[in-house]
Amino acid sequence: MVWVLGGSFIGSFGALFLKIGAGKLKSSLKSVITNWRLGLGIAFYLFSSVFFLLGVRKGELSVLYPMVSLGSVWTLVWSKLVLGEPFTRPKFIALGMILCGIAFLGMGTR
Amino acid sequence: MSTNSVSIPSQAPDKAQQRRSFLLVVCCTIIGAAAQILIKKGADTLGGNPTMVQTALAMVLNPALLAGFSMYGVSMVLLVMALRHGELSLLYPVFALTYVWVAILSVLILHESMNAFKLAGIAIIVGGIAVLGKGSSA
Repeated sequence: MVWVLGGSFIGSFGALFLKIGAGKLKSSLKSVITNWRLGLGIAFYLFSSVFFLLGVRKGELSVLYPMVSLGSVWTLVWSKLVLGEPFTRPKFIALGMILCGIAFLGMGTR
Repeated sequence: MSTNSVSIPSQAPDKAQQRRSFLLVVCCTIIGAAAQILIKKGADTLGGNPTMVQTALAMVLNPALLAGFSMYGVSMVLLVMALRHGELSLLYPVFALTYVWVAILSVLILHESMNAFKLAGIAIIVGGIAVLGKGSSA
């Protein structure tokens, strides 16, 4: 469970750096290779997937599934703090519904 | 393909672009779900209690895991393309759609059973994504 929670946290940084990197991207190969933010984002993602792989092998999916998706809650917070994207009501409603739906899916998956 | 650098839009991107980004992320989730099925198959072949190094090694050496993570790579390229325009906080939660595809693929391919919990989960997630979709084009 700690693995999965850690993985979701790391993965959310992956999303953040991918977004920052993508924004700075230009349509030349050089800009893709020298874009360290993009590289860092991908590294965070790969690292988090190792955590998920270790975590998902043991443990109840109904608990683990919503924890993975906690990553989008972290991401919402970073989007606000770092990128200055506004908190809006649809975002909260949608995220609540999604977390709820994922919990149901986890309960149905045994 | 142009070799000119494309300037980054500093103002809010237009509706069509937001929509394209949204659809691109939806594509990502389909590829990501297929990747997860492959990774699940590959992870099952990993022995009892692998260390982190063994796990990382298996990601490269095990064909199912390699294929799965390669598809993750493809979906990440699409994600980066999508993220260039549009808000991260709107696009990232769409990733939950992956769970929906995985549930459907598990029933179709792995012959897992469908039940009321799964159906309710799928319906609620799709509803949530619809709320986001409306928000992204508003």
